[in-house]
Amino acid sequence: MITEVASNIPPGLIFIVGALLIPFIRGNMRSAYMLLLPLLGIWQLTQMDAGTFGTITIFGLETTHVRIDKLSLIFGYIFYVAAALGMIFAWHNKDLVEQASAIVYMGAAIGAIFAGDLITLFVYWELTAVASVFIIWAARTDRAYKAAMRYLIIQILSGVLLAAGAVVRAAENGSVDFGAIGLASPGGVFIILAFGIKCAFPLMHNWVQDAYPEATPTGTVFLSAFTTKLAVYALARGYAGTEELVWIGTVMAVFPIFYAVLENDLRRVLAYTLNNQLGFMVAGIGVGTTLAINGAVAHAFVGILYKALLFMSLGAVIHRVGTAKGSELGGLYKSMPLTTVFCLVGCASISAFPLFCGFITKSMIITAVAKEGYLVSFVLLLFASACVFHYVAIKIPHFAFFGQDSGKLCQEAPINMLLAMGIASFMCIGIGVYPDALFSLLPYPVHYVPYTTSHVVTILQLLAFSALAFAVVQRLGLYPLVQRSTMLDFDFSYRWIGSRAFGWLLSRGAIAWETMRDDMLSMLRNVIKTTIQFHGPDGIMARTAGLGVSAGAVMVLLFVLLVAVMS
Amino acid sequence: MISAHLPVLQVILPLLSAPLCLLFRRTYPSWLVALIMSWASFAIAAILLGQVLTGEPISYLLGDWAAPWGIEYKVDVLAAFVLLLVSGIGAIIMLFAPGSIAAEIPEDRVYLFYTMYLLTFSGLLGMVITGDVFNLFVFLEISSLSTYVMISLGKSRRAMTAAFRYLVLGTVGATFYVIGVGFLYQMTGTLNMADVADKLPAVTETRTILVALGFLTVGIGLKLGLFPVHLWLPNAYTYAPSVVTAFLAATATKVAVYALLRIYFTVFDVEAIEAYPLDEALLLLGLAAIVSMSAVAIFQTDVKRLLAYSSVAQLGYMIIGISFLTITGLAAGVLHVFNHGLMKAALFMVIACVFLRIKSVKIEDMAGLGKSMPLTMAAFVLAGFSLIGIPLTVGFVSKWYLITASIEQSNWIVAALILFSSLLAVVYFWKVVEIAYFRPRNDGAAPISEAPALMLVPLWILVGANIFFGIHTDLTITSAMAAAQSLMEVGP
Repeated sequence: MITEVASNIPPGLIFIVGALLIPFIRGNMRSAYMLLLPLLGIWQLTQMDAGTFGTITIFGLETTHVRIDKLSLIFGYIFYVAAALGMIFAWHNKDLVEQASAIVYMGAAIGAIFAGDLITLFVYWELTAVASVFIIWAARTDRAYKAAMRYLIIQILSGVLLAAGAVVRAAENGSVDFGAIGLASPGGVFIILAFGIKCAFPLMHNWVQDAYPEATPTGTVFLSAFTTKLAVYALARGYAGTEELVWIGTVMAVFPIFYAVLENDLRRVLAYTLNNQLGFMVAGIGVGTTLAINGAVAHAFVGILYKALLFMSLGAVIHRVGTAKGSELGGLYKSMPLTTVFCLVGCASISAFPLFCGFITKSMIITAVAKEGYLVSFVLLLFASACVFHYVAIKIPHFAFFGQDSGKLCQEAPINMLLAMGIASFMCIGIGVYPDALFSLLPYPVHYVPYTTSHVVTILQLLAFSALAFAVVQRLGLYPLVQRSTMLDFDFSYRWIGSRAFGWLLSRGAIAWETMRDDMLSMLRNVIKTTIQFHGPDGIMARTAGLGVSAGAVMVLLFVLLVAVMS
Repeated sequence: MISAHLPVLQVILPLLSAPLCLLFRRTYPSWLVALIMSWASFAIAAILLGQVLTGEPISYLLGDWAAPWGIEYKVDVLAAFVLLLVSGIGAIIMLFAPGSIAAEIPEDRVYLFYTMYLLTFSGLLGMVITGDVFNLFVFLEISSLSTYVMISLGKSRRAMTAAFRYLVLGTVGATFYVIGVGFLYQMTGTLNMADVADKLPAVTETRTILVALGFLTVGIGLKLGLFPVHLWLPNAYTYAPSVVTAFLAATATKVAVYALLRIYFTVFDVEAIEAYPLDEALLLLGLAAIVSMSAVAIFQTDVKRLLAYSSVAQLGYMIIGISFLTITGLAAGVLHVFNHGLMKAALFMVIACVFLRIKSVKIEDMAGLGKSMPLTMAAFVLAGFSLIGIPLTVGFVSKWYLITASIEQSNWIVAALILFSSLLAVVYFWKVVEIAYFRPRNDGAAPISEAPALMLVPLWILVGANIFFGIHTDLTITSAMAAAQSLMEVGP
C-alpha cells in the first residue's frame, strides 16, 4: 500500500512540499528532519519501476510529469546522496533562508531530472534558478547580492531560451516530449543554448566562478552538485552523439586550467575545475557510444561526490579560519589532520589515481573518445587530465594544508563536517575499489574492465609524467627568480611561472577584450541614452501630450490608414 | 421563463438601478445596490456562457421587433466570454471598493461614484451584447460619458484636466466611429451587424466603405488605447481614483478590443481585412507599443503611471494577436483580453491598498512595504509574475499562444520582440519589487499596517484567479478557441 502511494508521487515533490514544514521546526530537530527527506527520497526511488506517470494535457500538448528510466534513476540517486551529504555537512547552520531555499533548489533539480517533457522540465529549470539565488543571497554580503543578481539574469536567460525552444518544437511537431532532440531544427539550437548556459559551456561559463564562491561555505556545497549536473543530464538525454559536443567538451576541459593556475581564491580554483570536469562529461556525451554515455554519466556521478568533498574540505577551512585565499593559508595539516586526509582523497579522485573513483570514470570517457577516433580530443583530454593533477592535487593541498605555515592555529572541523567528508571519502574509495556497484546503476550494460594493465600503466605514466613536467617547470621557472632574489618561496615561483607562461597571452587577449568590451559598452550606453532621451520621464514618448498633439496623432493615424487602404 | 430574457436583463438591471443610487444619495445603500447588481450580472453572464458553450449562439429581439429593423442582442461565445470578464471584474471590484473609495472620494460624492459605475458597467455590457452597430455607439457613449465623470472624481486637481482631455479625445473617437457607421449605413441601408455583413460584399470595393473602415479603426483604436492614439490613457489612469483605474483598466479597453473584433470579423470578414495592408499596420503599431511603451514604463516614478504605460504595451499584445488574422492569433488576442483583465485589475487593486496606507503612489515611497504590508505586496509579486508571463500564471498562457501564433507564421522577429518586451516587463516590475522589499522604510516614518481584510479578500480572489486560470486552462482556452473559430468562419 505504502509503496504504491510512494511510487506515484513525483520524486522532487518530497523536497518541495517538505520545505513548507521547515519554518515550523527549530534547531537540531530541523536538521534531522531535513536529513530525513533525502533518505525518504532514496527509499522512494528504490520502490519505483521504469515507466511514466502524471500525464497532464496542457494547451493540447501532452506533458509527462515523471519518467523513470535508468538514466534518470542514476541521477536521482546521486542527487539524493549529494543532498544528504550537504545536509550533514550543514548540520550546524540554522539559517532558515539557506535551508529552505536549498531544499527547494534540490527538489527542483530532482524534479527536473524526472521530467518527461520540455514544459515540466522548464518549470523545474526555472525553479532551480530562482531557489538557488536565495542560497547565494543567504551569505548576506553585498558582493553576494550583486553576484546573485548577475547569476539570476543568466539563469533566467537559460530558462527563456528553453521555453523558446519548447515552443518552437511544439509548433514544429506538435509534441514537447523530452527525448533525443539534436541540432537539426531551430528549436534544438535554442534548447542546446539553454542547456549550454547551465552546463557552463566556454564563454557562457563565467557565472560559475562569479557566483559559487560568494555563497556561504555550506551553500557552495549544495550549489556545486546540482545545477551543472542537471545540465549534463539534459544534454545526455537530448544530445547524445552530437559531434559538436566533443569539441565543446574538449575546449571546456582545457581552457579553465590556465585560469585555475593563476587564481588565488581556492574556492574559485575549484569552480574552474568544475568547468574542466564538466568538459569530460560533455565530450563523452558528444561521442555518444554506449561506453561514452556510461562514462559521462558515471563521471557525473563520481564528480558530484569528489567535487562536494573538495568544496566541503575548503568549507571546513573557511569555517575554522575564515578565508580560502591561498596566500593566507598554509600548514593547516597540523591543526586539521582529518580534513587534510579527506581533501587528499578528493584530490586523488579528481586526478584519477587508481583505486579512486575518478580513475574508473575518466578512463571510460577517454577510452571511448579514442575508440571513435577523435585523436586531437583524445590528446587534449589527456593533457587536461594531467593538468588537473597539477593545479588541484598539488595546488590546493599545498596552499591550504602544507606549504609555508601561516601560523594560523585552529581546531579540527566540527564532527558533522568530518562525518560528511568521511562518508564522501568512503564512497570515492569504495567506487574506486569496487566499481561494479556503480556499473550496475549505469544506463547501458557495462563491458568495461577498468583495472587492466594498460589502463593502470597509462594513467600512472600520465601522472608520473605530469609530476616530472611539474618538476621541470619548477626548475626552469625557479632559475631566473633566483637571480632576482634568493628569499623567494615556492608558491611565488609557482604563480610566477604561471603568470609568465600565460600572462603574455592573457594580457594580449585582455587588451583585445577590453577594447571590444569598451566599444560595446559605449554602444550600449548610447542605446540607453537614446532610449532615455525618447522614453525617459521627460522624453517625447512619456510626456503628457496636449489636446492639439493628441488630436494631431489621431489625424495622422487616420491619414496613414486611409492611404494604406486606398492604395 | 425568465431565462429567455437573460440577455436583456444583463444590460437593463445595472442601467435601471443607476438612478436608484442617485435617489438614495447615501453611501451605504448605493453601494449595496451596485454590489447586488454586479453580482447579479456576473451570475447572468456565467449562465449565458454556459448556454452558448454547449449550444447555439443566442439571439434576443428587443420588443420582439424582427432583426434587421429592431435591435438584436446577440450572445455568442466571444460575447459571453467578455461579458463574464467585465461582470466578474465588476463584482470583485464592488466588494473591494468601499474601503478604498472612502479614502479617495469625498463622502458627499460617493453615491455619484456608484451611479456612474453602474452606468459605465451597463454601457460596457451593452457594447458587448448588442448585435447592432448603432446601438453599440449608444452604449459606447453611455459608458464613456459616465467614465469621464468617474475619472474627474479623483482627489488630485489634475483628475479634472485628465478627464477633460479624455472627454475630448473620447468624443473624437466616438464621432469617428459614428462617421464610420454612417458610411456603412449609406452603402448598405442597415445597421444590424449580420445584415450589414450580408450586404457588404457587394460594395466592399467602394471608396466609401474603405473610408468607413479607416474611421472605424481609428475611432475604436482611440477607445482601446492603440499605440499612437493612447495619449489620453496614462493621465486618466494615473489621476482617477484607484478603484476606477482598476475597473477601467480591466474592462473598458478590453471591450473596445472586443468592438474592434466585431467590426473586423463580424461586420467585415477576414478576406476583406486581408485585402488591405491594415493587418500589417496593426502589427507594426502593436510591436511599437510593446517595445516603446514598456521602455517608457521603466522610467516612471509613479506606480500607477507605470502600470498605465504597461497597459498600453499589453494592449499591443492583443493587437498583435489580432493582426495575424489566424485562429491561433485571434485566440491569443482573446485570451489576453481576459487574462490581462485579471492581472491588471489585481495590480491596480494592490495600488489602491498601498495608497490607502501611505497616501502616495510614488515608487520611492513604497520602500519597506514588503515588510509592513506583506499580503498586499505578495499579491503584487504574484500578479506581476502573471504580467511578465511566468508559468503557472495566466500571463504565461496567453504569451504562449501569442508566440505559437507568430511562429506558425514563421514570424521570428515578432516572437523575439515579444520575448524582449517581456524582459522589459521584468525590469519595470522588478524596480518596484526591489524598492518595496529590499529598501528599508525611512527611520522617522510612521508605522504602516496591512490593508483591511475587506480589501485583501477580493484582491486575493483575483490573484487566485490569475493562478487558477494559469493552471486550469480549460474554460479560457475552450472559450477563446471557440470564439476565434467562429470569428474566422463568419462571412461568406
